[in-house]
Amino acid sequence: MANVEVDLPQLEVRDGVDRETIETVASMGAYKYGWATDIEMDYAPKGLSEDIVRLISSKNGEPEWLLEWRLAAYRRWLGMEEPHWAMLNYPKIDYQDQYYYATPRSMAIKPKSLDEVDPKLLATYKKLGIPLKEQALLAGVEAPEGERRVAVDAVFDSVSVGTTFKAELAKAGVIFCSISEAVKDHPELVRKYLGSVVPPTDNFFATLNSAVFSDGSFVYIPPGTRCPMELSTYFRINAENTGQFERTLIVCDRGAYVSYLEGCTAPKRDTHQLHAAVVELVILEDAEVKYSTVQNWYPGDEEGRGGIYNFVTKRADCREARAKVMWTQVETGSAITWKYPSCILRGDDSQGEFYSIAIANNAQQADTGTKMIHLGKRTKSRIVSKGISAGRAQNTYRGLVSMHPKATDSRNYTQCDSLLIGDQCGAHTVPYIEVKNTSSRVEHEATTSKVDEDQLFYCRSRGMSEEEAVALVVNGFCREVLQALPMEFAMEAQSLVAISLEGSVG
Amino acid sequence: MLEIKNLHVKLEEEDKQILKGVTLSIGAGEVHAIMGPNGSGKSTLSYVLSGRDGYTVTDGSATLDGADLLEMDPELRAAQGLFLAFQYPVEIPGVGNMTFLRTALNAQRKTRGEPEISAGDFLKLVREKAKNLKIDAEMLKRPVNVGFSGGEKKRNEILQMAMLEPKMCILDETDSGLDVDAMKLVSEGVNALRSAGRSFLVITHYQRLLDHIKPDVVHIMAAGRIIKTGGPELALEVENNGYADLLAEVK
Repeated sequence: MANVEVDLPQLEVRDGVDRETIETVASMGAYKYGWATDIEMDYAPKGLSEDIVRLISSKNGEPEWLLEWRLAAYRRWLGMEEPHWAMLNYPKIDYQDQYYYATPRSMAIKPKSLDEVDPKLLATYKKLGIPLKEQALLAGVEAPEGERRVAVDAVFDSVSVGTTFKAELAKAGVIFCSISEAVKDHPELVRKYLGSVVPPTDNFFATLNSAVFSDGSFVYIPPGTRCPMELSTYFRINAENTGQFERTLIVCDRGAYVSYLEGCTAPKRDTHQLHAAVVELVILEDAEVKYSTVQNWYPGDEEGRGGIYNFVTKRADCREARAKVMWTQVETGSAITWKYPSCILRGDDSQGEFYSIAIANNAQQADTGTKMIHLGKRTKSRIVSKGISAGRAQNTYRGLVSMHPKATDSRNYTQCDSLLIGDQCGAHTVPYIEVKNTSSRVEHEATTSKVDEDQLFYCRSRGMSEEEAVALVVNGFCREVLQALPMEFAMEAQSLVAISLEGSVG
Repeated sequence: MLEIKNLHVKLEEEDKQILKGVTLSIGAGEVHAIMGPNGSGKSTLSYVLSGRDGYTVTDGSATLDGADLLEMDPELRAAQGLFLAFQYPVEIPGVGNMTFLRTALNAQRKTRGEPEISAGDFLKLVREKAKNLKIDAEMLKRPVNVGFSGGEKKRNEILQMAMLEPKMCILDETDSGLDVDAMKLVSEGVNALRSAGRSFLVITHYQRLLDHIKPDVVHIMAAGRIIKTGGPELALEVENNGYADLLAEVK
């Protein structure tokens, strides 16, 4: 049902080395999730127009207000220009040469439960290691029955395939569903919060998303509730020439807590694919959200053919006092990454944290960082960014720390470390700091280093291959960020770090 | 076990000949010491044997149990049972000592076609070996060699040796930077590993380490050659008279 492509480079086998071992290692280097699911799809016609916006809205069975909201965004978008301030080089994107809506035909009538979902779709997620059965855990982790369960919303191209543990979450008052369902079932919440953090006018890509977003996840945690399990959304782009425009909205009411994970993969394609998502987090008084991403979109091949163009707007609004948000991201995929998960620290004593690992290998380009907007008094933020560049890749950290006049006695600490592997890649750090009061403190530390030959030799003299040695040293470099991830993700991220850097030395 | 024949080595970048025909044969279970003044090529010999970049072998050979060492990548040499205790152990920030040990052990096992060691068995093993070297749990958790004292670094090298169970151990100036107590601890660690199937090549400036680790054979190295070979008494001779007499003798 799926064609698996694994390119094995020609290898010279020395005596005494098991051929199988070499092939295993080599196949790790190939993007593991590059296969495609062969499934009948319904596409909206290529290109973007008011008709397409109307079509998406009607496919989702949306109310009039949302259609108007989309159309207003679309009209605004027509007059906007694609931003080019980032350190990214890519050919002009033809927005008319994309599909904006693609859905598996079997999803035309929405299945009522996971049992009714097309087996091909379920098999896809199984192969990706994403559990859509409710007893399951993320792959490779053993835990006693009943512990550390993760609820999953699986998004396949433009639609949500299914969400697990809904009933159990509902008992706790937690709403976890696709955003298209939320529009129908919880219109008051969606209408109140949608676009309240990232307005439809925010930026070129967010405005585009507002016009054409097809699906995504919606989470509401009621006051005083600690979400009984981790929530996650798994995004899979499958269809060719199709953009993915998902929209995630998480509302964490007063005194509530949720940890949310996001994962993404896509098949290997020769052409670039556009991904322009919006994530909005609304965090009220004393509430806390942890949002972790392991982004593993197809990065393109060594020459830079294919790969996802990832233009994402993620923002958290700590709207009331003592609200807390922690963004953790591991960015290993995409040909282009343009992403700045931000924190608006509006409530007094609110806190924002940003932990990031960005790896760029081969021809990948990443321009990523965060914005910490301090508006409330005694607000605190912390940024830990680890950028790793290999091959011919360019990796830029771009971050803004802004202390507004009323954000008195606020603090920021930024640590920005870059690691270079080889001599053809680049690391760039672009911090913007604005302080408009006299009682706040901003600290910024930055380092750039190369993977040390002595470290690699030391590891190899203990029996590790060069690849293992690099992975170990790099994982050490990233440790502070890996530690910020939930355990299951930390393990996945560690092996992902190793895989992303295959072939980067020697 | 280890056979080195007429080994000639030069620095890759400077075109400078460092080893000018080293011949050495270490049998199973034997402990050999190499002594010599600074710049005689002792450390170069240890690096060339373990496969460090930057050296070119221009002539000669080195085999371990008949296998050509010089053709192998460093990790393969390690898997074949060669171990170098570094004079300056390298720091690896962020990588826990335990993680490092386990990764190394499993990498070697994988190369040899053996199954990986389970987390439980590994933990038991490392605790037992660490205890003998007075390495506490806290030191096992700390990043590899980061913030370790000189003595801790050397003990850590011996711990790695104990865990990896090599058959040919090279100790490169393991005594440098050690106080008397630390030297005793390290030597005890080494002596505990001595066995009929395991050989040692101990590189040192000073005789005092050899009071603790008693060698079977002592070689004196100077200007890239072994100029004299004898029993343990040769080390004492150097201790008392220095290298000058020996060097003069050769000239």
